[in-house]
Order: sequence, then structure tokens, then C-alpha cells
Amino acid sequence: MSIQTSKIKLSAVEKHFTSARGERQVAVSPLDLEIQSGEFVCLVGPSGCGKTTLINLMAGFEQPSAGSVTIDGRPVSGPDPDHIMIFQDYGLYPWRTVLGNVLFGLQAKGIPAGEARDRALATLELVGLRHAIDKHPHELSGGMKQRVAIARALAVEPSVLFMDEPFAALDAFTRYHLQDELLRLWQETRPTVVFVTHDLDEAIALGQRIVLMAPNPGRIQRVLEVSLPHPRERTRDDFAFFRRELFTEFHLVHQMALQEAEYSI
Amino acid sequence: MKSRLFAILVPFLAGVAFIALWQLAAGRYTPEQLPGPADVLKAIKELSDNGVLWGHIGISLVRFGSAYLLAVAIAIPLGLFLGRFSRCHAAIDPLIQVLRPISPIAWFPLAVLWFGIGNAPAVFIIFLAAFYPVLLTTISAVRGVPPLYLKVAGNFGAGSRMTFLRVIVPAAFPGIMVGLHIAVGTAWIHLVAGEMLGAQSGLGFMIVDARNFLRTDQIMAGMLLVGLLGLGIYRGMKAVERLLGRRWGVTS
Ligand SMILES: Nc1ncnc2c1ncn2[C@@H]1O[C@H](COP(=O)(O)OP(=O)(O)O)[C@@H](O)[C@H]1O
Ligand SMILES: [Mg+2]
Repeated sequence: MSIQTSKIKLSAVEKHFTSARGERQVAVSPLDLEIQSGEFVCLVGPSGCGKTTLINLMAGFEQPSAGSVTIDGRPVSGPDPDHIMIFQDYGLYPWRTVLGNVLFGLQAKGIPAGEARDRALATLELVGLRHAIDKHPHELSGGMKQRVAIARALAVEPSVLFMDEPFAALDAFTRYHLQDELLRLWQETRPTVVFVTHDLDEAIALGQRIVLMAPNPGRIQRVLEVSLPHPRERTRDDFAFFRRELFTEFHLVHQMALQEAEYSI
Repeated sequence: MKSRLFAILVPFLAGVAFIALWQLAAGRYTPEQLPGPADVLKAIKELSDNGVLWGHIGISLVRFGSAYLLAVAIAIPLGLFLGRFSRCHAAIDPLIQVLRPISPIAWFPLAVLWFGIGNAPAVFIIFLAAFYPVLLTTISAVRGVPPLYLKVAGNFGAGSRMTFLRVIVPAAFPGIMVGLHIAVGTAWIHLVAGEMLGAQSGLGFMIVDARNFLRTDQIMAGMLLVGLLGLGIYRGMKAVERLLGRRWGVTS
């Protein structure tokens, strides 16, 4: 065991599903991964490479077929209010107001009404939604909905935030904005963040480490340290360097096309 | 503006045309066979003047209301339970599937044997008519609660009580509302049938009574009133639904 123990530790984790026709499908082939406390890690890869399965295993929504997942040294046996997942579809309750949605987690924890309200309001202030507390989700834009979901998560002060393509449904401007917001919130509250995306730029903008995954079977292809300080300027050369690294790794573009693209940057 | 005018004018003209055709047709038959619109209005006035009409309407509404509420009070909790526990649902579902296609009217002979002649058989028939739509829509509303809602509740550590009362019930509510709506329609339709078969009062009885005296105008008066009251109840229900829908944060 190392001196610095990791927050999340996956050892020889494997997950397969059995399809309706009885065929065994490997979603995640045996893999190891360690994530340090307070770290911001991005899982990136094409769709079907097992990102969702992997993050569900860590969040306790799925159990591994083999191997072990531990958080704080304890095996993950199910979802835990200390590890909150944020979904692409927000998962807000439409019959609750913005404030009511943020209160949900605090009520589930049995926090007294007055204190819960104060904490919910403070968190909504943090995500810049103080003005919208009485609105219902259907009155909000996608970006605002996701901010409510983030506030709902942060209100219970989790030590880990799991995010599964949380910004994938948003337009580019909103996405950039929320990426910056998320970084600010992460720096203020310092949870461990595991962030799934299929957007390479998003991974480079956010992650301290990027875990590249490949499909068939789902596996880790490479782990990349992004040694740039936050916030990262998306137009800078060093950003472009990491982008090139990732693109080459995925063979997404031919070398030729990449040279042309560089010319235009 | 023009389309608004059209929206009112066209149905109005259709109504006028219908009444005109009715009047025309009535002219070719005796009033015992087919009374005209004016005869029916006169019959309504006559029934209203001698006081029987309001008593019948009142009794029908009370029967309808009590049977409907009783059905809702049993069907919703049962539906919530069966929707939540799929094992129980699997056990009971075949029974429901066999019982449901039996028309409430077919229960009438049994209802008379069990409850005797009077109020109870009619109430029982209306109850059955309202019961199944509410039960089935409640079950499917609970089963249709998006898994994501439950995932979120589980993630935040909500207990089963909180998950049920604060997530499943409100999430199923719009679906249940649809069932309540359908049930109003079927229950009202069966009100007349139930009262025609056994009761000694109510709009259904009034229609049968009029037939016994060959008062075709009163038969049609009864039918017209059933239609108008049904429409009124339906409209009232819609208004309540919109109100609740707004509270629920869903626009319609
Ligand atoms: N519940 C499931 N049942 C069967 N197969 C599944 C299930 N969940 C995921 N898979 C399969 O596992 C693979 C990885 O899926 P997923 O983790 O959703 O990938 P990603 O999130 O990277 O797109 C896919 O081939 C998918 O079809
Ligand atoms: Mg996915």
C-alpha cells in the first residue's frame, strides 16, 4: 500500500451484461484505476466504451462482475449520499420548485427544515440561481436545470461528485460557461470529481487527469496528465498540444487533416 | 379574430342545423314516436315545475359522487400498492384482466341478490365502472415513474417511505389524474344504466318511468339532461385538473 491512499480505487474491475439473447457482453474488461482525494478526473472515449458502466460501478448503481471498487478504503455496495451522481438528463423533480429540488437531498438526510432551507439557499446563491428559487424545472433552460442539479448535489456536501456527460445536451456557449462554473465550484468546495464526457475539448478544459477509454471491450487505453493550471485558455498552444495528443490517440483524424487544422488555428 | 369567430359560429350553426333537422323529422312522426325539440323543452319545464326533476337530479348526483369517491378511495391506494410491488401485481393481474372485461351491467343480477333493490345496486355498478380505469391507470403510472427519479432518490439516501410519498406518488400523479378523468366518463354513463335497472329514483329511473307511461318527450328530456350534466361534470373536472397541473409545475 502506498503512503498516500487513494480516494477511489478500482482493482481488476470487470463488468459484463447478458443480452436478451443470452450472449455475454463485456462492458468493462478488467481494469485498475486510482483517483486521489480532491482530484478532477475525466473519463473520455467514444460511445459504447463503457464510461457510463464504469462511473455507475464507482457510484454504486452497478456491482462489478469481478474485482473490487472501494471508496475511502470501503467497498462500494450501493449508492451513497456522500457520492452524488449528476446525470445528463438532470433528474430534477418537475413537481418541485428549484428550491424544493435542492431541499430534497437535505430532507432525505433528515436535516431540520430551517437549516435545510438556509443551506439550500446558500448553495443556490453559489450557482447563481438565487433569483429562480420559486420556478419549476419546466420554466428553466437546460443550463439552468443542470445548475439546479449541481446545487442539489453540492447542498449535501458530498466528498465525490460523479458526472455522466452532464453538459452533453447543452449548446456550446452554455457548455463553456458551465465548465468554468464547475471549475470554480470545484476549487471552492474541493470534492473529488469524476467527469465522463465524449468531448475531447471538454476533457482537456477540465481534467487534471484524462482517462482515455476504448471500446470492444471497454478498457483504459491511456491515462494523460494535463499539467495546465485552471482555468485553461482553450485557444492557447498548450491546450492545442493536449488536443493533438488525444486526437492522435484516437486516430480520429489523419495526420494530414491535423496539419491543415493547425494552419487554421 | 376570424378563427375565434369561426370556432364559435360553426358549432353554433351545426347545432341550429341539428335542431332544424330534428324538428323536420319530428313532423313526420307522432309525438309518441319522436317529439320535437319544443316538446322536449316543455317536458323539462313540466318535470321541473312539478318538482320531481330536481329530486331525481340530486339523487343521481349523490349516487354518482359517492360511488365515484368510494371507487377512487379504494382504487388509488390499491393501484399504488400493486404498481410498487410487481410481485403482487404479477399475482393479481390475471384476475384483474378477467374481471375487467365484464361489463358493470352484467354484475347487476348479482348486485340485486347481494344488496337488494334500491340504492346499492346502482351505486355498485357506478363503483365498478369507475374502479377499473382508476386502478389500471394508477398501476401503470407508478410503474411508469422514470427510473432516473428513483436513482436520484436512492443516491440521496431517501428511505422507502420518503421515496414512496415524495417521489413515486407525485411522479405518478399526472397519470392518475388521467384515470380519474376517464373514470368520470365511464361512471356517468353507467349511472343511467344502473338506475334504469333497479333504482326507484334518479335520472335513469325517471327515463324508465317515462317509458312506462309512454312519455317519449320526458324520455328525451331525461336523456338531454344526462348529457348536459355529464358535460358539466367533465368541464368541472378539466378545470380542477388545470388548477392542479399548474400547482404541479406542468403546463398543458
Ligand atoms: N444494462 C445493460 N445491459 C446490457 N448491456 C449494457 C448495459 N449497459 C451497458 N451495456 C453495454 O455495455 C457497453 C458500454 O456501455 P456504456 O457504459 O453505456 O458506454 P458509454 O457510456 O461509454 O457510451 C455497451 O456496449 C452497452 O451496449
Ligand atoms: Mg454513457
